[in-house]
Amino acid sequence: MASLSFSSSLSTTSQIQRLSSLPLKPQQGKLQKSVVPAIQSKIREIFMPALSSTMTEGKIVSWVKSEGDVLSKGESVVVVESDKADMDVETFYDGILAAIVVNEGETAPVGAPIGLLAETEEEIAEAKAKAQSKSPSSAAPPASSASKAETPAPPPPPPPADGPRKTVATPFAKKLAKQHKVDIEKVIGTGPYGRITPEDVEKAAGIAPAKSPTPVAAPVAAAAAAAPVKAPSASPATLSEIPGATVVPFTTMQAAVSKNMVESLTVPTFRVGYPINTDALDALYEKVKKKGVTMTALLAKAAAMALVQHPVVNSTCKDGKSFTYNSNINIAVAVAINGGLITPVLQDADKLDLYLLSQKWKELVEKARAKQLQPQEYNSGTFTLSNLGMFGVDRFDAILPPGQGAIMAVGASKPTVVADADGFFSVKNKMQVNVTADHRIIYGADLAAFLQTFSKIIENPDSLTL
Amino acid sequence: MQSAMTMSLASPSLTIAPRSDCSSSTFLTSRSLRFCGLKREAIFGLNSSHSAAARLVSSSSAAVFSSSSTKQRLNLKVSASVSNDNGTPSKEGFDYDLVIIGAGVGGHGAALHAVEKGLKTAIIEGDVVGGTCVNRGCVPSKALLAVSGRMRELQNEHHMKAFGLQVAAAGYDRQGVADHANNLASKIRNNLTNSMKALGVDILMGAGTVLGPQKVKYGKAGAGETVITAKDIIIATGSIPLVPKGIEVDGKTVITSDHALKLEFVPEWIAIVGSGYIGLEFSDVYTALGSEVTFIEALDQLMPGFDPEIGKLAQRVLINPRKIDSHTGVFASKITPAKDGKPVIIELIDAKTREPKGTLEVDAALIATGRAPFTEGLGLENINVQTQRGFIPVDERMHVIDADGKLVPHLYCIGDANGKMMLAHAASAQGISVVEQVTGKDHILNHLSVPAACFTHPEISMVGLTEPQAREKGEKEGFEVSVAKTSFKANTKALAENEAEGLAKLIYRPDNGEILGVHIFGLHAADLIHEASNAIAMGTHIQDIKFAVHAHPTLSEVLDELFKAARVKVNGSIRVGMQFAGHT
Repeated sequence: MASLSFSSSLSTTSQIQRLSSLPLKPQQGKLQKSVVPAIQSKIREIFMPALSSTMTEGKIVSWVKSEGDVLSKGESVVVVESDKADMDVETFYDGILAAIVVNEGETAPVGAPIGLLAETEEEIAEAKAKAQSKSPSSAAPPASSASKAETPAPPPPPPPADGPRKTVATPFAKKLAKQHKVDIEKVIGTGPYGRITPEDVEKAAGIAPAKSPTPVAAPVAAAAAAAPVKAPSASPATLSEIPGATVVPFTTMQAAVSKNMVESLTVPTFRVGYPINTDALDALYEKVKKKGVTMTALLAKAAAMALVQHPVVNSTCKDGKSFTYNSNINIAVAVAINGGLITPVLQDADKLDLYLLSQKWKELVEKARAKQLQPQEYNSGTFTLSNLGMFGVDRFDAILPPGQGAIMAVGASKPTVVADADGFFSVKNKMQVNVTADHRIIYGADLAAFLQTFSKIIENPDSLTL
Repeated sequence: MQSAMTMSLASPSLTIAPRSDCSSSTFLTSRSLRFCGLKREAIFGLNSSHSAAARLVSSSSAAVFSSSSTKQRLNLKVSASVSNDNGTPSKEGFDYDLVIIGAGVGGHGAALHAVEKGLKTAIIEGDVVGGTCVNRGCVPSKALLAVSGRMRELQNEHHMKAFGLQVAAAGYDRQGVADHANNLASKIRNNLTNSMKALGVDILMGAGTVLGPQKVKYGKAGAGETVITAKDIIIATGSIPLVPKGIEVDGKTVITSDHALKLEFVPEWIAIVGSGYIGLEFSDVYTALGSEVTFIEALDQLMPGFDPEIGKLAQRVLINPRKIDSHTGVFASKITPAKDGKPVIIELIDAKTREPKGTLEVDAALIATGRAPFTEGLGLENINVQTQRGFIPVDERMHVIDADGKLVPHLYCIGDANGKMMLAHAASAQGISVVEQVTGKDHILNHLSVPAACFTHPEISMVGLTEPQAREKGEKEGFEVSVAKTSFKANTKALAENEAEGLAKLIYRPDNGEILGVHIFGLHAADLIHEASNAIAMGTHIQDIKFAVHAHPTLSEVLDELFKAARVKVNGSIRVGMQFAGHT
């Protein structure tokens, strides 16, 4: 019971008796004359001290002194329990403990008077009177939660259907509500079985949900191009709600995508497009398809080979001051998956042959579907490839994922009428690729040179099979 | 020689050794100073050159050195040299000298000691070797707690930052965690089995039933039961989770520790019924893995049974800042598992008035209300033994008492089944005590010297009496009780680990320096308690142990300071750590 003061930093704060700022009470008429509060009265208030930075209220464990006891400066008067510890509270002044305002076992908010200190015996009666006037008012703050319950504000718009609503709130939601002074009865629960979750309380308190590290391991999408499958997006809170709209919270993966997309706005990007003749590639694809080679693998391999010659396009700008040249060429490929987006990474795509690469890709996709990707399998990319060609998209624009220098958006290969240098018309299969890059490190000429190399590889694809 | 030494240490004859003669015996050799109560025996049995010492001691504690114990010591020497020989049954015509029913930690401890003592020993197990502790208790839970401890550290950004470490958001793979617990259990189970096999203990599979004095059958009913005879029998059948009436356990959403340890799912919100050791440890695991927890406690405060001051501090650190709330003074009168799209529903009633106190809707409920002794099918009726609240009545020597209040000859019961102290190591200590007795040496285990620990983060540990218990005893017996406390905040090693939250508390008699109880809350408290529990077991007093030296900087200095903070009114009887002339 005896309260120990372990921490020196805390024990200094325990000497908390301060002077009353005296909100001038009518019944203390004679005191009102003075202007300077410090000499107004010989009756001093003992306040509930703030014993820790997180303490909002304290409980009186015990009064070491009783009413009428003579106190000398530095003596322990009361033991207060905070959220962290029991502390002895000492007095700064000599005097007589005239009245106890908050009794043992009761709770008072930080700063509320808990007792009165009189300088002389004559003032005790006066202090007692003051204490009585205090009691009801000072009893109010600690009982504020109760009074809230007594006078409920007009009930919140009742949630659909249900009659009298039973509030079910999780333990942490209740804690947050208390901390942020949110009336839990007014919060609408969006959790399982309509329960109030910590997020609901945070929303009600008007604070952005703390990005508490979700301990549940879920593969987190690390990069994104425009997702082919779009989740119904919730309208931002500032927009007026359209009646009948359904709000579907982000999944972990969607939240990660969202976060990355917003982060991408801090990077100055630009885009360079390039048309590429794919007749040779298509012919090659027909040949190797039966060996299990996919178009994704072909494109990844081609990009990797081009990156070998243009390391700057494979670099990253981490701090806004330098190039970080990556030693490996890891091609991340964006894949739409269950209303989300993930980028499995083909590591060392320049070193693996086409067949191994295809096999590896198949494994990665299976793992991604089963949500079994290991972090290094989706967040180690140095260059991203996003292909919407299979949907007939002819060209699009990708957003550069944070942490990478460039992303390539590949459109569909389509028969196109072209005129060659001699003025002859012919029909060739052409596809549009569009690269988005971080202009802090990759300049227009870099990208143009890279695309030229890439297009040469695609147009003469035999080197891909080597 | 080495093995014989350990043996004598493992069989403390605490209660018999009069403390007063410590000082006289300890002058013989400096090494024996701290263990005066025990070392004497070792000297006697092993070192004939010290026979003078033995004589000196034996005069003051005749009971220990009766002729039978001397004979025993000769057996001991033999068994030490041929350690894997399970011996031959004694001449009295029994199949075994000792049969133990139940191969948990208690039975295992008894079996090992019995072999050391030269007894032909068999152990009967109806389920899996290792019992509750190894398979469904202390062992797998430590694996989960090891994970939760690391998760806590990694999630505590502030803590990591204080070290200058940067860690990305920590995640976990539930199956990986569950596998760790399961692998640990099977590893320990194998160790346990092998340790008994290596010594030649016969492991007999099948449920054991006592047929009469000195007679047991085992095997599966109907499929070949075998009857064996034994000079002495120890019942060590342990306990099972206690599920109060009205609670429907489905093993999925309403579970006991048996299921929880498999960690088949991590609910978002789990109610834990009971806030003792088991409940508290699981709250540590679940909150570290992201669950929110609601405690339901029948008593008026959480963590009953802990020293109030320690409990209060523990609540501040282990409960208040975590995603935990609680309902105290209530019973869960009815718990319905989640089904038909409904969550788990818990109906609460007031523990005293039985009035309804509302319902809770949660994702899962863990029943941690305690453990019930497992004595089913033991055949207690054959020997006229009636359980009391399920427990098998025993005297202070673990000797089973029958319905008429008489001792059942040659029958003992140890561990959870007798309910004296439901801890694995207490069962083992009781088993060793019984083996000491049946091999001719009287022995009573001092339960006040048995430590207990709760493996939360940080840990809680204790030995002996709580402060209120000590004060009550002091009032009754007329002695003064004092308390000394030290904080982990003053400990260098704790500060280096950024784990300075903690308190050690010593409850003692200032008149003679006797340690009545020690309670620790803080980093590695469970490991730190043994200095205190050993001191209590050895009868070492504060004025003596305070001279013992602790390595710096270590957490053990918390206890060093604790002993030094005590104000004892008598001077030390011995000088620990000093070399004596002639023995350097």
